[in-house]
Amino acid sequence: MSEHILLPEGSIEKLTTTLNLGPTHPATHGVFQNILELDGERILKSTSTIGYIHRAFEKIAERRPLYQITPLTDRLNYCSSPLNNIGWHLTCEKLLGLKIPKRVDYLRVIIMELSRISDHLICNSIVGVDSGAYTGFLYVMQFRELIYEIYEEICGSRLTTTIGRIGGFERNFTPAAFQKIEKFLKEYPKQLKEFENLFTRNRIFMDRTIGCGPISAERALNYGFTGPNLRAAGVDYDVRVHTPYSSYQDFDFIIPVGKTGDCYDRFLVRNEEMWQSLSIIKQAYEKVKEFKGADAEVFHADTPAYYLPEKADVYTKMEALIYHFKIVMGEIEMPIGEVYSSIEAANGELGFYLISDGGRTPYRLHFRRPCFIYYQAFEELVKGGMLSDAIITMSSLNLIAGEMDA
Amino acid sequence: MLNNDFIKQKLIEKFSDQLTDWDEPYDMLTFTVPASLNLKLLQFLYDDTELNFQFLTDLQAVHYPDKKGAELAVVYHLHNLVDNLRIRFKVFVDIENPNVFSATALYRSANHMERETYDFYGVNFIGHPNLIRILNVEEMDYFPMRKEFPLEDQSRIDKDDEMFGR
Repeated sequence: MSEHILLPEGSIEKLTTTLNLGPTHPATHGVFQNILELDGERILKSTSTIGYIHRAFEKIAERRPLYQITPLTDRLNYCSSPLNNIGWHLTCEKLLGLKIPKRVDYLRVIIMELSRISDHLICNSIVGVDSGAYTGFLYVMQFRELIYEIYEEICGSRLTTTIGRIGGFERNFTPAAFQKIEKFLKEYPKQLKEFENLFTRNRIFMDRTIGCGPISAERALNYGFTGPNLRAAGVDYDVRVHTPYSSYQDFDFIIPVGKTGDCYDRFLVRNEEMWQSLSIIKQAYEKVKEFKGADAEVFHADTPAYYLPEKADVYTKMEALIYHFKIVMGEIEMPIGEVYSSIEAANGELGFYLISDGGRTPYRLHFRRPCFIYYQAFEELVKGGMLSDAIITMSSLNLIAGEMDA
Repeated sequence: MLNNDFIKQKLIEKFSDQLTDWDEPYDMLTFTVPASLNLKLLQFLYDDTELNFQFLTDLQAVHYPDKKGAELAVVYHLHNLVDNLRIRFKVFVDIENPNVFSATALYRSANHMERETYDFYGVNFIGHPNLIRILNVEEMDYFPMRKEFPLEDQSRIDKDDEMFGR
């Protein structure tokens, strides 16, 4: 294969096939293009083109007050919007130097881990679909639905959630929300176990994924991998442990690591992370239940300049009316500062680099999108492999076009 | 234990007074490097056994139209994964002549990030293997994230900027 000679463009003797994988191919699960040079079914060269759904979020953010940027973050990794939303709110809170009550931290942890589960669930079951096992995908879909119902109960929307606000949540979790979380905690482990049984020791699945798209730890680090993909290569880097945010230091969990960094290890790491997330949710829920009386009513920090006041207060209290007006009109000046804050999103380290010059909108906002950075390795990962392996590699890297193109 | 003071000391020893604007906003060590030195600094931070900054977290640019002769700042975020410490440094370049050495030889992850920075700010990374636009269309002949392209149409008079943010 390596001695194959590439003939010049347009040559009549050209022996290789050029294939456009994407931008609208169903197997790419998103809008991005790969121009593959194929020798039979083997990939000699791949060239990626991205940017098909670039929406200039960084530019738009330069004209928006902080709270209006939250809906933009929804549309980064749309499989786990709450993670992006809360990551952004944490960045704002870091800039403003706010102190967040413990209960809010724990509620956020519940939401973040739920969305991590929903993201990994989709990714892992899509790996199954691409290797020919459609059953798992349909099987777990109802559990993503349960998670979306929890979001719906808390913030009113499902996919692009815009959950919470700077300082906490827009309203306290209702008893119905807690019931739904309980239901999920009760029913999901059984289903996840079955999902695992379907794949983990499945001969066909193992043959298809073991040794497919592997990457060594050094290469992965050099390529800027983070998240489950890096951990599958054997590096135990997790922002939740390295730089705890939102009180993650209060929880007991392990970071699963793989060894070879191939599709199978990525699958196993994601699976184990779902178990860990479940355990974190349980712990957080226990902690939330410990708050009694007035403490159980705390769902946001006291930051009147950024947190919209109660509507009833707006009509009856002068101060609330002023803040309401100022927030809605985007007239709040933020402190001067330069802050980098990151969270462990479902795909890796999602960073926000925010520069404020004391105006009403960010002077500069940059999203460090994990997908965008590790997608560079794709060309190397698939080189020399089969076309069908490239498809599995793509889905097991969990490439989300929205996050890649911002 | 590695800390900001130690890193600062070590870097001053090596590069003396060429590194300027030392600061620690939100506990992250920040400083400025002349454009000619950025690669040497990256290499030193990478190779030094005590510093060990071997992970490039982020790379992007910022435009400051008011700083004449140093309008564009390229910002690097590095991470030492062993001691878990981050630093940030900036390279200021003239917008008329925005040449910065590419970090792609050291970090493969810099490839896309530098292309993105070129795409939006027009920073010319010397030594980049494939410096073309990445997110915008190739026919574009301007760099859209520069501040001379305000988002709203400036000819509109029905929207008062005093009221609606900047």
